[in-house]
Amino acid sequence: MRSNLGFFSDEKFRSIFFQTLVVGLFALGLFFIISTTSYNLEKRNIATGWSFLQNPAGFDISFSPFLEFKSTDTHLKVYFVGVLNTLLVSITGCIAATILGFILGIVRLSSNWLLSRLVYIYVEFSRNVPLLLQIILWYSILIQLPRVKQSLQVLDVFYISNRGLYSPRPIFESGFSYVLIAIVLALISSFLINRWAKKRQDKTGQQFPVLSSSIGLIFIVPLILFFILGSPLSFEHPELKGFNFKGGLVIRPEFIAMFLALSIYTAAFISEIVRAGIMSVSKGQREASAAIGLKQTWIMRLIIIPQALRVIVPPLTSQYLNLTKNSSLGIAVGYADLVHGFGGISLNQTGQAIECMAIVMATYLSISLTISFFMNIYNRSIQFKEK
Amino acid sequence: MKKLLSIFAVVAFAFSAHAGTLDDVKNRGFLKCGVTTGLAGFAAPDDSGEWAGLDADMCRAVAVAVFGDRSKVEFITTTGKSRFPTLASGEVDMLARNTTWTISRDVNLGFEFVGVNFYDGQGFMVPSALGVSSATELDGATVCIQTGTTTELNLADFFRLNGISYEALPIETNDEGKENLFAGRCDVYTTDASGLSSTRAAAPNPNKWLVLPEIISKEPLGPLVRHGDHQWGDVVRWSLNAMIIAEELGVTSENVDAQKSSNVPEVLRLLGVEGNYGEMLELSNDWAYQIIKQIGNYSESYEANVGPDTPLEIARGLNALWTQGGILYAPPFR
Repeated sequence: MRSNLGFFSDEKFRSIFFQTLVVGLFALGLFFIISTTSYNLEKRNIATGWSFLQNPAGFDISFSPFLEFKSTDTHLKVYFVGVLNTLLVSITGCIAATILGFILGIVRLSSNWLLSRLVYIYVEFSRNVPLLLQIILWYSILIQLPRVKQSLQVLDVFYISNRGLYSPRPIFESGFSYVLIAIVLALISSFLINRWAKKRQDKTGQQFPVLSSSIGLIFIVPLILFFILGSPLSFEHPELKGFNFKGGLVIRPEFIAMFLALSIYTAAFISEIVRAGIMSVSKGQREASAAIGLKQTWIMRLIIIPQALRVIVPPLTSQYLNLTKNSSLGIAVGYADLVHGFGGISLNQTGQAIECMAIVMATYLSISLTISFFMNIYNRSIQFKEK
Repeated sequence: MKKLLSIFAVVAFAFSAHAGTLDDVKNRGFLKCGVTTGLAGFAAPDDSGEWAGLDADMCRAVAVAVFGDRSKVEFITTTGKSRFPTLASGEVDMLARNTTWTISRDVNLGFEFVGVNFYDGQGFMVPSALGVSSATELDGATVCIQTGTTTELNLADFFRLNGISYEALPIETNDEGKENLFAGRCDVYTTDASGLSSTRAAAPNPNKWLVLPEIISKEPLGPLVRHGDHQWGDVVRWSLNAMIIAEELGVTSENVDAQKSSNVPEVLRLLGVEGNYGEMLELSNDWAYQIIKQIGNYSESYEANVGPDTPLEIARGLNALWTQGGILYAPPFR
């Protein structure tokens, strides 16, 4: 008895004992869940396995801007269409939310009472109303737009109705690829110019008009080439034929509702993060830079923002993750994302809930980890480098 | 250690080995029945908040068979998508939810359809102002469609077969479909013809809507239970059959007491005067009598909920008895 207790009073032994116990219980629990599930699946004759991915889906997806989808395609293709639609709304949403969030965060700190109050109201409203309600609100507004036969016409080429926004679709003719190559070359060379100008400024203090020369390179050179090649670009205009517009590009109200709700909601959080970041830079920094005669815009761009970013980026990453995961709410308005198409319709038509959900969860996990990975690299690059 | 093991064994038992559903229902004291989120005529709350409709009557009939009391039902609403997981997980004891009997649902999903309480087919509804008189004229139309249904698959097949195109607007519930159709977000709404009649009846101005003549599929709708519990499957199956047989034999909720002294042997067997059919099902011997007394026969339920005198105005058609030109047919009660 005594020797037993002696063992237990050994701190090292005790900690190993309890850690083993916790891991063991966890493994036991996991085993229990898995074995019960497979037992019940078998008992109820519910089909399992992955072969359903190769079966034809049998239903149509109307919103698939990147892949052509027919009802004879497989469930696997439903999955890819879903992933692309999820990425589309997440990426555009993150970009819009970041731009809007930065502007609002800076405006909130402005000395203009009216502006800063307005942003305050916006932030408090949009981050305190559930996102789902905002998505449904936007959608309800959008389907109250005029019907397709009474579409609003803007600038003779855009049509707005409750079926979406129709615009002309660009058609690239032969020769346009040279213009694209010119744009890529221009981008690369302006990047190189930027590096060279920085080095020269570090050495000699002389500045080079990087911005205006880059704009010139990226826009004017390809434009001249475009006209030399005889404008190899035409547009296909949408036309009202029968029930709907035919041709042209269309942005669906489901997408617009998701995009607006996600970016407006997340921008409210980002603006607060930006405000916190800017306020974390000590007042002395601003005063010192003013004292050496920097312009107001330069103070913001060269002194305040780089330091604020160190505070901003880590919470910004989690906002990106939130936005991506929140895009799964698209199911509320029938936006054909991953959860709606593969995790919803395919799941229901095949009945293989566990497999479908496992794939959907693994996909969200991979997307989130990828975002974190790149944001962490960016975060490291802006951290204060100790010499 | 022994104690821990026995606790573990009990928990394992509770998780894996279910007692029969009939015993579960009896012990609980009420039936959990999965219905639609609201489809007038089939299952929707009426003016007084009571669930009413053909499917709701089906649920009540089973409750009457088990408890002899039509109020011992908890109605649980399910969408087209949530209905199967809800049933599979044991959240409800049965579904009576406009569900089409198909081979894959019967075999692959692990369910058992016990009969058909409404023979339906998929149709299309359009605004009359659209000037369309046939579904084959719908090339390029936007179609509102409930996801996770057989109608979704039929729709794709129909348009493919006819070589015309469409855009699907996926929706979750009938109410969402109504909202999108009335706002003009979609041109056409497609679902079972009965569902269309129900939606049309609920429109602000029913005359502005037209149900197209094409019926593009067979949709036998019926109650279903989990596969493998045959005792419970029998209870639900014969609750439905009892209502159909009662119509065949001319037994109604009004004359059921008088019929107890009938000289037709099958009536006496049905009402539990002769034989011990209730006992075989582990129910009381007057279970079918109680169903007819408290709910009525199939015809009474049909006429009260979806028949020509209701806003849905659906003629008996296929749902008439086999002796009257329909295909409604129940096995003999003996």
